[in-house]
Amino acid sequence: MTTFRLNGREVTVHAPDDSPLLWAIREELGLTGTKFGCGIGQCGACTVHVGGQAVRSCITPAAAIAGQEVTTIEGLDPHGAHPLQTAWIEAQAPQCGYCQSGQIMQAAALLKATPHPTDADIDAAMNGNLCRCMAYIRIRRAIKLAAGHGAHA
Amino acid sequence: MSAHAFVPETFAPSRRGFLITLTAAGAVFSLNAPPADAADAAFAPTIWYGIDRDGIVTVHVIRAEMGQHVGTAIARIVADELEADWSKVRIDHVDSDPKWGLMVTGGSWSVWQSYPLYSQAGAAGRMALIDAGAKMLGVAPSACVGRNGAVHAGKKAVTYGQIVAKGGLKASYSKEELDKLPLKPVAERRIIGKPGAARDIPEKTNGQGKYGLDARVPGMIYARPKLPPVRNGAKVAGIDDSAAKAVPGFIKAVALDDPSGTVPGWVVAYGETFVAADRAAEALKVTWTTDDTAKVSEADLQKRAADLIADPTQGALVVADPGVDAAFAAAKTRLERTYTTATAVHFQMEPVNALAFEKDGLFEIHTGNQWQSLVLPWLAKALGRDEKTIVMRTYLLGGGFGRRLNGDYAVGAALASKAVGGKPVKLVFTRADDVRFDSPRSPSVQVVKMAFGEGGRVTAMDHAAAAGWPTQVMAPFFMPKGQNGVAYDPFAISGADHWYEVGAQRVRAVSNDLANRTFRPGWLRSVGPGWTNWAVESFMDEAAHEVGADPLAFRLRLLTGAGRNAGSGPTAVGGAKRQAAVLKRVAEKAGWGQPLPKNTGLGLATTFGQERDMPTWVACAARVRVDPASGLAKVEKLTLVADCGTVVHPDGALAQMEGAALWGMSLALFEGTAFENGQVRDTNLDSYTPLRMGDTPDVEVEFIASDQPPVGLGEPATTVVGPAIGNAIFRAVGARVRDLPIRPEAVKAAIKA
Repeated sequence: MTTFRLNGREVTVHAPDDSPLLWAIREELGLTGTKFGCGIGQCGACTVHVGGQAVRSCITPAAAIAGQEVTTIEGLDPHGAHPLQTAWIEAQAPQCGYCQSGQIMQAAALLKATPHPTDADIDAAMNGNLCRCMAYIRIRRAIKLAAGHGAHA
Repeated sequence: MSAHAFVPETFAPSRRGFLITLTAAGAVFSLNAPPADAADAAFAPTIWYGIDRDGIVTVHVIRAEMGQHVGTAIARIVADELEADWSKVRIDHVDSDPKWGLMVTGGSWSVWQSYPLYSQAGAAGRMALIDAGAKMLGVAPSACVGRNGAVHAGKKAVTYGQIVAKGGLKASYSKEELDKLPLKPVAERRIIGKPGAARDIPEKTNGQGKYGLDARVPGMIYARPKLPPVRNGAKVAGIDDSAAKAVPGFIKAVALDDPSGTVPGWVVAYGETFVAADRAAEALKVTWTTDDTAKVSEADLQKRAADLIADPTQGALVVADPGVDAAFAAAKTRLERTYTTATAVHFQMEPVNALAFEKDGLFEIHTGNQWQSLVLPWLAKALGRDEKTIVMRTYLLGGGFGRRLNGDYAVGAALASKAVGGKPVKLVFTRADDVRFDSPRSPSVQVVKMAFGEGGRVTAMDHAAAAGWPTQVMAPFFMPKGQNGVAYDPFAISGADHWYEVGAQRVRAVSNDLANRTFRPGWLRSVGPGWTNWAVESFMDEAAHEVGADPLAFRLRLLTGAGRNAGSGPTAVGGAKRQAAVLKRVAEKAGWGQPLPKNTGLGLATTFGQERDMPTWVACAARVRVDPASGLAKVEKLTLVADCGTVVHPDGALAQMEGAALWGMSLALFEGTAFENGQVRDTNLDSYTPLRMGDTPDVEVEFIASDQPPVGLGEPATTVVGPAIGNAIFRAVGARVRDLPIRPEAVKAAIKA
């Protein structure tokens, strides 16, 4: 049993301590915006924030986040209107969309740390997030749009 | 995938009538097949939209949404002819139902097939609304126009919603009346070809979009498959669940009993949670009896392909001009080259999964799928029940690329539910499960030969290709017969029957029986063109080199548009001349012939996308820098030009071109695996390494302005990129590579050679 804060609310999950956070969020807490892709932390579809840092929830044991603040795509902005989400729509970035929650969460952590990223910054931060539709051109454009719109604010 | 096996008969709009049915809620507009025999009816699509009393137009889309924004494109076609108010158009991706007819999303067919039907449906609706609206306005129909969801006569107007609410619509059109309905002139288009956003995108930015993996119902339990060591010939000999019993939440393990033969030897581990099912499956010890494919390697598969090709009696003759052998015998010079491609996997982001349960006499399958009409008969056989009592509920697909044309995972889920009395069971594959039992792109071997006369004139060409055939294994009813009467998989050879004028031509398609037994060959984004275009377009550069010609000039000389390459309407009108036009344009855009830095080359390739009856004319110029020391090829820029006729949704079309081109680059340089002991070697991202953000080059795409009917765009840009890269490497450092994917070691070896 693990207690933590999810999108601003205190929650308790009963999953075994070594059970991945991803499945606790999806199955026990019913938030399915965070996706299962590879299960080994190498595709980024399961990316959430733990204490503001981008974390791969598929390889993070539930017990490891006890008492911490976890944010998922559903909690990034109360109206789904985070500057990155707006930019994602403006750039028409998603294709199948399955990886995009993870892409946006990863990008949000990037902009928080680096409000005006260079292309090299974007490559370094986003290389761990696979987009199988290969919508990379638009993901990059959306990050730059959001940076211009003040995503760091 | 190709259309030619069935499209001309089953999708011909001339055979349909049009009905408008009034209901309490509004009016339903449908294209209806006339009464026909049962075989016909099974293929006859009935395609609907409706308008309610508030004027909301709901377009029912039978195609799966897997990233191509297909609902937006199809709704645009209806809305434009209907003169609908786009803000009042809604898209409904429907569940399976016999009334929809054939449900398949593949082959880049969706817009191409939908365009004539939905245009006519929109036009019929507009005419009916104008007739009824004119009466309400007290004017003649000829004094009215439909515009922005209303019928206008001068300053007077009545909205479509008001007309529907009053109920004065004509009830039906015969096919003769339909044929007489005027489609709008191109200049009157207000939605098609204009900028606009895709409707499915917002829910893909906030976690609200529902994919198959997100389906859940109360009381649901989970299952993970324990997959056998071979795809087709496994039988469960024993299950030892003693270690699994130690996993908290483990329920039980069952060997699936499958009368349909879709999932032979599959065992499932049930758990209260996915983690429990996953860990229990790991802990299960299952013994199987297997067949001889348990030892098959990639080399075995390729040797079998090469042996079959070497026997000229094998395979189907897809093109069989007279005089091929005579032309080779009389040739001044000849060129023969062998090309191979390695096994590649779909690796769609969402591992395959399905939720299945029985409720109120209906078996429900909740999953993302591309070919409901293929899997429903499998499900019926597997479950031993009438197909009419099975429904597939539709969800977003976390990537398709052809993987979800094969609905084997739905069968596994259905049987897993049946084995526990129809209780809701969600069967989820891990990534490694998904890749191990992917329907991969078969490895291939191809031998291409050309005969030359005086002055390097091409007098004959002979192309033989051997690979596993997905259509033979999963949908043999789709196979046409070759010139020699042998049935063949059209999707596994398309591309070899190209539009170049090469004199006497022979194309031979050979099924690799060992591949078909060892794995379940898949339709992977383009299928055969993924290998045939690699061979044809690499070979065209080699042939040009052989006769001392410029690769661009050499191709243009062969793209004459004469004879069978003239093309005919509606979708192939213009033929090879349109292919020549995209090739010329891409060469011009990319600066063909201009000097480049050392070890940098520009390579060209051109294809017609999927197949001759739906040509999407594409050309690519790849600028590649090669490091001679390592053999590493870095793609600096991809320039693509496409002529796909009318571009229905320009931004969606651009996105498909961008994604498909990068797919092609990824398959050419970053992917590929091999069979080892009957299984795919690389099953996760630790060793299967698709292209990432940091590898992405500049990509520039241009569409040729055209009023011709639209063709498909989901796949065509995929297969033109690989040969363009290969040709660029040759021009950069003189190294010719003939095996896909292109590995640095191969480039390095070819430099030395």
